[in-house]
Amino acid sequence: MSGSIQDTFFEECEELLEATDEGLTAIEGGDHNPEVVNAIFRAVHSIKGGAGAFGLDDLVAFAHRFETVFDEVRSNRLELDGKLVQLLLRSSDHLSALVEAARDGGQIDEAHHDTLLAALDEYTPDEEEDLTFEPMGLGGPAPMMDLGGLGGAPAAPQEETYRIRFQPLKEMYGTGNEPFFLFQALRDMGGLTVALDENELPGFDAMDMDESYLAWDLVLVTKEPRSVVEAVFEFVEGLCELSIAGDGDAEAEANALAALDAMFAAPPVPPAAGSADGEAAAAPFEPPVPAPEPEAKPAVAEEKASAPKAESGNQEQRGGPKPTLRVELERVDRLINAVGELIINHSMLAQQIANLNVSDTRDVETELEGFKNLARDIQEGVMAIRAQPVKPLFQRMARIVREASAATGKTCKLVTEGENTEVDKTVIERLSDPLTHILRNAVDHGVEKPEDRAAAGKQTTGEIRLSASHRSGSVCIEIRDDGAGVNRPRVKQIAIEKGLIPENAELTDGEIDNLLFAPGFSTAKEISNLSGRGVGMDVVKNAVTGLGGRINISSAPGKGSTFTIILPLTLAVMDGMVVSVADQTMVVPITSIVETMRGSDDMINSLGADGTLLSIRGNFVPICDVAGALGLYRESDRQAGVYLLVETETGQRCALAVDDIHDQRQVVIKSLDGVCGEIPGVAAATILGDGKIAMILDPESIIAASPTAAAFDTERRLSNAS
Amino acid sequence: MKTKVLAIDDSRTIRNLLAATLEEAGFEYHCAVDGREGVDMYPEIDPDVVITDINMPNLDGFGVIEELRGEGINSKVPILVLTTESAPELKARARGAGATGWITKPFDDASLIFALKRVTGAAA
Repeated sequence: MSGSIQDTFFEECEELLEATDEGLTAIEGGDHNPEVVNAIFRAVHSIKGGAGAFGLDDLVAFAHRFETVFDEVRSNRLELDGKLVQLLLRSSDHLSALVEAARDGGQIDEAHHDTLLAALDEYTPDEEEDLTFEPMGLGGPAPMMDLGGLGGAPAAPQEETYRIRFQPLKEMYGTGNEPFFLFQALRDMGGLTVALDENELPGFDAMDMDESYLAWDLVLVTKEPRSVVEAVFEFVEGLCELSIAGDGDAEAEANALAALDAMFAAPPVPPAAGSADGEAAAAPFEPPVPAPEPEAKPAVAEEKASAPKAESGNQEQRGGPKPTLRVELERVDRLINAVGELIINHSMLAQQIANLNVSDTRDVETELEGFKNLARDIQEGVMAIRAQPVKPLFQRMARIVREASAATGKTCKLVTEGENTEVDKTVIERLSDPLTHILRNAVDHGVEKPEDRAAAGKQTTGEIRLSASHRSGSVCIEIRDDGAGVNRPRVKQIAIEKGLIPENAELTDGEIDNLLFAPGFSTAKEISNLSGRGVGMDVVKNAVTGLGGRINISSAPGKGSTFTIILPLTLAVMDGMVVSVADQTMVVPITSIVETMRGSDDMINSLGADGTLLSIRGNFVPICDVAGALGLYRESDRQAGVYLLVETETGQRCALAVDDIHDQRQVVIKSLDGVCGEIPGVAAATILGDGKIAMILDPESIIAASPTAAAFDTERRLSNAS
Repeated sequence: MKTKVLAIDDSRTIRNLLAATLEEAGFEYHCAVDGREGVDMYPEIDPDVVITDINMPNLDGFGVIEELRGEGINSKVPILVLTTESAPELKARARGAGATGWITKPFDDASLIFALKRVTGAAA
């Protein structure tokens, strides 16, 4: 039970941290609305409260300091200047890290933790007390004490008789406290006799209905220690005249009374008539230490055990910002799968009807069209369930930029756009690492040092713009910095040193920029704290292509670089071109196709022994026979050239030779993972209208495996160089 | 008759913890996500006891106490304040507004139930 509540806590933490970040960003942007500060205070406060319940001490301690500073701001004792805002931003980042550490059991940076604590301390008044944040007993019956353990309990508690004089002040009745319930609580502890003292009751005529005249004398015989007896009166302390006298030996009593006197700052008997209401109410009161080993009450234990479960938390869904439903991811996946089947089923039906050879199929076709539209609506609806705005991801990136800036001594700000763009949940999760890497690079390599920026006539603060948008069925993520741009001579030099390109290679600017994605490439002069973690841009590129996306870089010297990531909206359905290759039907992702064409013989030129090039508008493009690349045997001779012109990530073009092009349509992607492992040239599979399975090709790997393409590439580089 | 509790807290975690503890102990549990909602829900639920947080959006815990004790509702219902602060000033302020008692967060189950019993006389 508490496990799942703890899960809820971490989920809630994420929302609260988001709210904190959002508030701080607004403050950084100059928004001084007090409600913003209040909202942050509450968010941090809630994190502290929840963390306390689960005994996450580090988190509690830090959240407390953090919250205290906000309390100062809230009550206008502290001004939010730039320096403080930066500290708060870093603290908020650290709070996230602490939450993560608490959830995943990771390590925190102790030194950083202490530095921030010290920095926060400077803004807070002397801490009045050390924060002890453990479940505090109110002095009630000791919690977990089952009856079976009674026999083994050390030193069975002695019965004791307490004489209690209790006289409420009239103020007590205004607080909803009821003497009867207090007596009930006492009665539950043992034998209780109650005697009403009505001596102070005036005559009926003289009675002031608002005044309190009654007093009680109680005798309690109980095994509970004195602290438990006193705890009963905790809430009315200061609102009544109270004395509790035990019948134990005189010495013990004297001690206990002394302790009691110390506990209740005002002497319990008899307080000066007037002073009781005002001053005594504010008297400091420490909750008594929980009693060591008192006896658990059988009644409570039994009732607890037999208590029927009240109707479960329907209430929980009431209110809140937006009613939401938590669903296991697996259920959504199942639904997506079913919708995929529905789409496949539609194409099967269509095909069956076409095969029927009925003369008039117009009515059926109309209905079928309706079916198709409905299926598409359902599909979009289901996809929308998985879709989430990129906002949390972008907010995390703001943190990355701050950390990277601090590590490199540069000043950078992250500007985000299109935060509400929705992308499939999986895509968002898998984008986190590539984005982190690109942004770190942008700070480390892209943006210049403040003095260099000043010298170049730029603002000293670098600006990194992270934007998301939908672009014709894809998602476009752009990371643009206003730094120095790619240092092309240097990049080329490194590539030559590493043997990635021949020494005399002539490369276009775009080709040089693309070298950044080459495996094993790194421009870092020395391994800095930030980069040089053994992860290069090639890993970023692989992550993006792994998502079925593309990444491009463009750069202008002195003006900055832009990375553009184009991703499919979803990982479940894609637009593909249905082609046939050696009597097999296959699908090529539409995103990688630049154009399709029918070539004539005079457009084909030979290269080497069996390589062929296609001449298109004065340019030569290597031809890659898909059947050959996949090792398929072709019975009949291939009909004169149907080509798909595709472009790889490195900008290399290649003409995929296929036998025929049939159709362009949406296909449901069926992963081959776990079925037959990785197959070079094949990305996934799909099911066609006739129920047959078709492979979805991966043009990138087909080209990589093509000797012609490789040979042509070398040839081209050599000829460029000569 | 089960004792009806109306818990007002903006933290889902705390609401869940309260729900678990109270339902386990046989109370009837209702909750509101902020002070405003809590006060609005009050007449409909007609609880035997209210547990309220202090720091909440829209209407804070002091506001809840003031409204529940105010003219419109004129309630004598016990109100327990659930707070992370144990400072005497805070208790005094809560009491001045008409709070019946206070529970310090994080609470332990037994203390919470004990406190509820003392203000409602609940058998549960």
